[in-house]
Amino acid sequence: MQAEIVVAHASKVFGSGPGAVTALEDISATVPEGQFLCLLGPSGCGKSTLLNAIAGFAPLSGGRITLGGRPVTEPGPDRGMVFQEYALFPWMNVEDNVRFGLDIKGVPKADATVTVDRIVATLGLSDFRKRYPKDLSGGMRQRVAIARILALDPPVMLMDEPFGALDALTRRTLQDELLRIWAEFEKTIVFVTHSIEEALYLADRILVMTYRPGRLKRDIAVPLPRPRDTAAPEFNALKRELATLVMEEQTRFTQAERHGTTVD
Amino acid sequence: MHRLRGAIVPIALLVLWEILSRLGVFSAVVLPPPSSVAVKWVSGMVPALPHDPAQESYLSWLFSGEMPHDAVASLARVLTGFCIGAGLAVPVGLLLGTSDRLFSLFNPLLEILRPIPPIAYIPLAIVWFGLGNPPALFLIALGTFFPVLVNTIAGVRQVDSIYIRAARNLGAKPWTMFRRVILPAASPFVLAGMRIGIGTAFIVVIVAEMIAVSDGLGYRILEAREYMWSDKIIGGMLTIGILGLIIDGAMSRLNDHLLRWHRGLER
Repeated sequence: MQAEIVVAHASKVFGSGPGAVTALEDISATVPEGQFLCLLGPSGCGKSTLLNAIAGFAPLSGGRITLGGRPVTEPGPDRGMVFQEYALFPWMNVEDNVRFGLDIKGVPKADATVTVDRIVATLGLSDFRKRYPKDLSGGMRQRVAIARILALDPPVMLMDEPFGALDALTRRTLQDELLRIWAEFEKTIVFVTHSIEEALYLADRILVMTYRPGRLKRDIAVPLPRPRDTAAPEFNALKRELATLVMEEQTRFTQAERHGTTVD
Repeated sequence: MHRLRGAIVPIALLVLWEILSRLGVFSAVVLPPPSSVAVKWVSGMVPALPHDPAQESYLSWLFSGEMPHDAVASLARVLTGFCIGAGLAVPVGLLLGTSDRLFSLFNPLLEILRPIPPIAYIPLAIVWFGLGNPPALFLIALGTFFPVLVNTIAGVRQVDSIYIRAARNLGAKPWTMFRRVILPAASPFVLAGMRIGIGTAFIVVIVAEMIAVSDGLGYRILEAREYMWSDKIIGGMLTIGILGLIIDGAMSRLNDHLLRWHRGLER
């Protein structure tokens, strides 16, 4: 169970005193190795906070997170992160971005080149190796970001609304590619989204979170076979159920926003 | 046709100036005609003696005229002073930009020293270094130091935290982080500082040459004033302008090359 993620009684409070915001409250969940998990909820439900805690960027206020039995204390290449803003290094071309993690790891140059060649080909980036990120479309940039972490072959991939800034068609293409990569490379994926359809299309399991304080509202298994038909009645039945859950929280978010109590 | 349009006004002004001078509206001392400026400029550019292969190479003979000699002297001072100033400012800026503690210790001092124009240091420079190249280089280095320093500090401090997070996620340790993330992310700011710095250095070199040394374009136009050679003064100014244009152009080309990855490339 090298890639099993265990979140136990995780809580996170930002600030202190009367202005303190409880972003996460007593969250417990186990993500088995190889699972594709989506965290779903409106803005301010703490889904990104939870993802950042698993990534090791922000320590929890209480509780603990372990990966393969070892506590998570800091960021590391065993939990590759894909950001919504791509976060590619603009001063490196595609190839150097993908190679960066291998350099740090001290992989010999020849071996690194073999890995880069393979990963770049897997993501259809071979013709773009020498391009800089500024010359790539959003979809291509996110491919590079995925390639960059895949090069390190992490057991876990963490994705923070990675396709949120893409147009609908590009998003679907990348979702399909991600599913292919997930199956081929046997990754455990924790994927944050606020799109119900995206969560249903991708995930084995969906955790719906509540608006502030972020708690687990519902833990839903998605039993639909892949590739999923987004027009199928079963898909839509689940979608309706999820929409009800998520919209309850969205309403709470909207009300809080109207009362000026949102802090993001 | 479009490109020629920009030449109409300068040419018209030159012709007007020539006519007015020839008609005796201005004296040759106040405003010599463009033709005599041109003659003086060319005579300053060409070598004084015929080429003697036994004495010197063709290239050094080509640059043996008074004007090329002065231009090279000024350029050498600018580049030497710039390298000293920027060479000190970049490491100090990286240090102050990275460490919040050092920044809070030194920033107030910098804020006090920064607005003092380098020219104001001239008396002190002479007291400290006497005459000759040392005070000139000190002033040029000083003129370069602050713009480069301030921009380097700003460049390091504004590095987008998303790059830091991504690099940490990929396993970067502090030294790698500094060398491969912070440094390149700050480089557009550092280079912008250098461009301002070399511009300042060019202003300062002309002033410094007027007081401390006995060659260079600044010295030459002040010397020409002693003899009321206005045509030579204007010719020298023309060379200063051309040299400034070349320096800025070279700097801009270097910028474009080094920052070819950069999105907001200014043209």
